[in-house]
Amino acid sequence: MDAITLAINTESIRKDFPILRRTINGKQLVYLDSAATSQKPRQVIDAIKSHYENSNANVHRGVHTLSQEATETYEAAHEKCAQFINAGFDEIIFTKNATESINLVAYSLSHSLKKGDEILSTEMEHHSNLVPWQQIALAKGAKIKFAKATEEGLDLEDVKKKITKKTRIVAVTHASNVLGTINPVKEIGELAHSKGAVMLVDGAQSVPHMPVDVKEIGCDFMAFSAHKMLGPDGLGILFGKSELLKNMPPFLFGGDMIREVKLDTTRFNSLPWKFEAGTPNVAGAAGFSAAIDYLASVGMDNIREHEKQLTAYCMKRLGSETDVKIYGPRKRTGLVSFNLGKIHAHDTAALLDQEGIEVRAGHHCAMPLAEKLGITASVRASFYLYNKKQEIDLLASALEKARSVFK
Amino acid sequence: MSNLYQEHILDHYSSPRNRRAMTEHDIYERDTNPLCGDEIAIYAKTKSGTITEASFLARGCAISQAAASMLTETVTGMTHKEIKLMGVKEMTDILQLEVGAARIKCAMLSIRTLQSGITRYEEKNGASAS
Ligand SMILES: Cc1ncc(COP(=O)(O)O)c(C=O)c1O
Repeated sequence: MDAITLAINTESIRKDFPILRRTINGKQLVYLDSAATSQKPRQVIDAIKSHYENSNANVHRGVHTLSQEATETYEAAHEKCAQFINAGFDEIIFTKNATESINLVAYSLSHSLKKGDEILSTEMEHHSNLVPWQQIALAKGAKIKFAKATEEGLDLEDVKKKITKKTRIVAVTHASNVLGTINPVKEIGELAHSKGAVMLVDGAQSVPHMPVDVKEIGCDFMAFSAHKMLGPDGLGILFGKSELLKNMPPFLFGGDMIREVKLDTTRFNSLPWKFEAGTPNVAGAAGFSAAIDYLASVGMDNIREHEKQLTAYCMKRLGSETDVKIYGPRKRTGLVSFNLGKIHAHDTAALLDQEGIEVRAGHHCAMPLAEKLGITASVRASFYLYNKKQEIDLLASALEKARSVFK
Repeated sequence: MSNLYQEHILDHYSSPRNRRAMTEHDIYERDTNPLCGDEIAIYAKTKSGTITEASFLARGCAISQAAASMLTETVTGMTHKEIKLMGVKEMTDILQLEVGAARIKCAMLSIRTLQSGITRYEEKNGASAS
């Protein structure tokens, strides 16, 4: 093993993740699918358990002690999340997942969308940052355009060309979940703003893996999911600039999002609650706070550095084989999508699973991008703070076994 | 998960039977697997409600390709009615394989496609004419 000094102490981190102790098909679990969802540390699991065991109550609805504690827990998660990405408290809305966050913005903005308005997205989007825009464009007679993407990244000239005076919304992913490409979202945001458009950034693959500052990026909206950043399922986050959110109509109507209801009219609640109808995921918020604490204690810079090292090692290790085709650019987030010879990605992934190695195979919810790459599916190994170099060695030797099955 | 990649599966995968387009066909149906975007097209000739010939073209994993290959052999000589009753059990019997929840869609793609092809054929020509 050549010496690379990892930026963080993986061995002590791994002890915090109970699931990493299990075996799969008699082999030690090697979890390489964190881009789909991350594993959860004991601290997060304990926070959720403790909420249900000690403070469970509905929020914003009672004067009793439990309700107050639950409300504090819930609001504290908003505050922590706001600090984590350098936003204001009233700019953080909790949803069900990143997908719902994007739908919220799409639906709310669609009210003011007119025939002939334009929306710009890109060819490398996850379906969740494509289908909502496509559908509101269809419903409103607006036009949706897609900036060209290649394996090397977004074509910025094409972005420039396609943002016009008619462009109202620009929706771009910060990091591709297939190629790992990191897009220059700050520059794209400036282009969008120069033509009077608003900019939504899909942060689902960036916020968990690198320092992200929404003020520095200057985007109007950012969507991401707690489950990809050590937090629980069922909690998504939408950041929105408060001056925009203030004037946008709500997405869902009902309890909690109101200030005053009469039979014929309703006054809506202040931000962020105007966009959070109904009983929210309080236990999820408790877990999410613990997840942010965990990430902050390791340090996002360190996590990014760690993943860079693992990714470089993985690309070197797999890339040295002539029958491995790796997709995407050199500079990337912590994931590597590839195909092994002519073996279908599903078959490769199933054979890796027999060795205890869990990777994703498929189009990764980005069918237009797969088509562009000329493939139906690829295998994706993705890394997080608990992964170690030896796991990439295990991946490489398991690929050897896959080769022998299909020789 | 049991070993999916047994010899007979790999054999049908590497030398698929009836893998070709059929220029003159009564039934043609195309579908994709939402899990992975794999594609299949099934062709068949039919007479008096019985499949007389079946073929396929596909892009997909070993399981879905082997399933299509074995299916085209099995359904030749079967009636529409019998084919429409085929489900997971019949398909796993044909494959002689325990297919887990994750891959059952791959195994079922060809039979489901053929079944919709038959339904469409019958809607157009009447079940009795088939
Ligand atoms: C880039 C990107 N955007 C959006 C999503 C959607 O996230 P969720 O399924 O949590 O809504 C994902 C998750 O796979 C993703 O990778």
